[in-house]
Amino acid sequence: MINFFKKKVNNYPDYWLEYEKCFNKKPIEDLSLVRFVVLDTETTGFDYLNDRILCIGALSLVDKNIALNQSLELFLKQEHYNAETAKIHGILKNGGASCISESAALEELLGFLKNAVIVAHHAIFDITMINRALERNGLPRLKNKVLDTSHLYKKTLLNSNVFKKKEHYSLDELAEKFDISKKDRHTALGDAYITAIAFLKIKSRLKGKGLLRLKDLLKMG
Amino acid sequence: MKNTISHRVADFLKNFPPFNVLDQKDLETLAVEITIVYKEKDSVIFAENDEPHPYFYVVNKGAVALKKGTDKTIMDMCDEGDIFGLRPLMAQENYKMSAKAHEESILYAIPIDIFKPYAQQNIAVGNFLIESFASNTRNPYSKSHRGKLYDEVNDVNPIAPDTHVLDLQSVQYSKKLVTCSATTSAKTIAKRMTEKKVGAMLVVKDKVPIGIITDKDLRNNIVTGKYPITTKAQEIMVSPVITYNKHLTITQAQMAMMKSNISHLCITKDGTPNSKAIGILSKHDVMVALGNNPAVLIKAIKRAKKIKSIKQIRKSITQLLQDYLDQNIPIKLTTKIISELNDACVKQIIKLSLEEMPTKPPVKFAWLALGSQGRSEQLLQTDQDNAMVFENVPEGKLIETTAYFLKLAKLINKGLFDIGYDYCPAEMMASNPNWCLSLEEWKKTISHWIINPGTDEVLLSSIFFDYNIAYGEVNLVNELSEHIFETTKKYPIFYLHLASGALQNPSPTGFFRQLLVEEDGEHKDSFDLKRRALMPLTDAARVLILSHSVKSINSTAERFEKLAELEPNNEEIFMACSYATRALLKFRTKQGLLHNDSGRYIAIDKLTKEERIKLKRTFKTIKEIQELVSVRFKVSNLLR
Repeated sequence: MINFFKKKVNNYPDYWLEYEKCFNKKPIEDLSLVRFVVLDTETTGFDYLNDRILCIGALSLVDKNIALNQSLELFLKQEHYNAETAKIHGILKNGGASCISESAALEELLGFLKNAVIVAHHAIFDITMINRALERNGLPRLKNKVLDTSHLYKKTLLNSNVFKKKEHYSLDELAEKFDISKKDRHTALGDAYITAIAFLKIKSRLKGKGLLRLKDLLKMG
Repeated sequence: MKNTISHRVADFLKNFPPFNVLDQKDLETLAVEITIVYKEKDSVIFAENDEPHPYFYVVNKGAVALKKGTDKTIMDMCDEGDIFGLRPLMAQENYKMSAKAHEESILYAIPIDIFKPYAQQNIAVGNFLIESFASNTRNPYSKSHRGKLYDEVNDVNPIAPDTHVLDLQSVQYSKKLVTCSATTSAKTIAKRMTEKKVGAMLVVKDKVPIGIITDKDLRNNIVTGKYPITTKAQEIMVSPVITYNKHLTITQAQMAMMKSNISHLCITKDGTPNSKAIGILSKHDVMVALGNNPAVLIKAIKRAKKIKSIKQIRKSITQLLQDYLDQNIPIKLTTKIISELNDACVKQIIKLSLEEMPTKPPVKFAWLALGSQGRSEQLLQTDQDNAMVFENVPEGKLIETTAYFLKLAKLINKGLFDIGYDYCPAEMMASNPNWCLSLEEWKKTISHWIINPGTDEVLLSSIFFDYNIAYGEVNLVNELSEHIFETTKKYPIFYLHLASGALQNPSPTGFFRQLLVEEDGEHKDSFDLKRRALMPLTDAARVLILSHSVKSINSTAERFEKLAELEPNNEEIFMACSYATRALLKFRTKQGLLHNDSGRYIAIDKLTKEERIKLKRTFKTIKEIQELVSVRFKVSNLLR
């Protein structure tokens, strides 16, 4: 019989243990000190099972500052390949910058993420893609807290019967609303940047309503 | 490590000095070390006498105001590509000015440690810095120095080059000197004047002005055949040149031009004809300096080819508004002029947007300004509320036509956003498919509101019914108005609902006649002037005027005046309302200018005793008009 209470013995690599250790620290509540990692993934498609991550872009955000020397842009080697998505993302198989293996990318990503709060647009998609990749490499799921700018954005809108909120707001809509240049749209890091600026603008608008704590943000999105 | 974003940063920086002289590789390396900083409107970047940050800043988006001293005069306004906060880092001293985000801004913070070696190694960068520090402007190549046709590093007065902070007494002359020598031929002179788009050419010898040749001189001497086209400058130039020093005031300049009947003055270093020429002042410069002239502004708006230039003009409009209020010019006149100017801006934006569309509009259309803009009561920039109506088209063409106008509306909304009108948070904009309809569709929508007056329908009507045509086919709008009158006559119950909506605003004062303030939220403890004082008046005027079927009077104050005319027995109260509306509007505008916002929320404790009394006086009028509305439309019959 399987004993559910027995701690499974796992041979997780060092980088996972290192990542896990970050979460032993007490979480910070002061919003201006919390480290956010804004990330976006470009994938071969929208199928969680068969599609793979092509590229991961991530920016580190503390208070209102994005330090560019603390950003991550990873291109992944591909086996599974879909010509349709490549057209959008402009990333050719094994072309362009130096591509690394999925496991190497995960190692870099976890080392970058640490215990930061993840911010992404339609976060569920990116997080699931990453979790699937972790799973394939025999690792557990991400432990970070997650904020979704598409949910948070809705909270900035008026609550009025006169105007119906949409179910989903695309990153393009946010970029237009907040006047963010869409120059690097559809590159992982470019989208992460748009998400980051949108997140800052959303945060400033929500603050106006008297909501300031990380707890509140997490509750909303 | 280089990445997509640092690449984008480098791409941006390379357009602006001193980064334009760095080579691509260095710029890329520098860009990686940059921190992108987001600043909310009115947040402080650094204060006067603060210790210097390890960074200096470049504005990527938005605007930053540099202020100095206790009275916080704006010394400089930095926008896209401007550098600030560098001098104290180089001089290793504390900040001499404070920097505050004038708009919501994105800045690039560049670490001085990384940048300094470039400044030391690269002579061009170093020179730029020395020049900019010496001239006390953040960017010696910008604005006044553009063109760099004179190498005089003069101590420019510290007043910012932006017109809206320009002291109207001092004159801004053109430093873009175009000169020739005494032996240059008339043909070359004419060519260069055309090329440089100037109306006069200064003839100099060792940088000292010896004569001037204007368009008029060329016309009188060359075109008439009096002199051949090869004539040398010295033959046809006018001399001596009338010179002044740079401390000339506008009035002095005007006087000088009138006295000598000339259109150009030469500015020299010490004001005499024997020193270096440093600038030229034309009649046009004087006109621009007198920019607080609505006619000049209207002309400038109509000439604007880019949305960006309209944004600049809007700053002058704000300055004009401030002047009018300072000089206590009647608010009635002020409102008219400013609305007219705002209107011209909107029209120009629509024109520019139409030019951007690949094809001409398939049918006639009209752009409607709603809400306060529709009522011509918008003095300050607030959110945009607008709608579009177009001619009826056969059913098969409707989708295609709607798509065209939605695309156009999107351009216009973006243009309005770019000149400072925020997007409407409730999406009441023409780019929203619900607000961009054919005449037929609008009629249906309006009928629906009037026949089923629920809370939402009444709210929508109260926003929409203040529409005013801003651009396009006026017949469409008239037909819409007729439709509203006809339908409301058929369904008089609508008045009752509209009236009850008008009475639902919260009371401005409490039981003890104290001003009621907001209890929570962003504006806790401040008084909501719009909701508690202005809206009750606006709403009352709307329902009353609608019941009289009066169209095309949109301004609340004017509506009350019209009502006074229509109902002589109520003249007194309606005139009081008209007065109260104007007083409150002025109050709001003053507050808004003071705080660089919409002026809607007022901190009660910051008001003077006199202001408080003035404010309270209007409340009595509000109460009276609400009673009148309540009795007339028998609102008490309706559950409130």
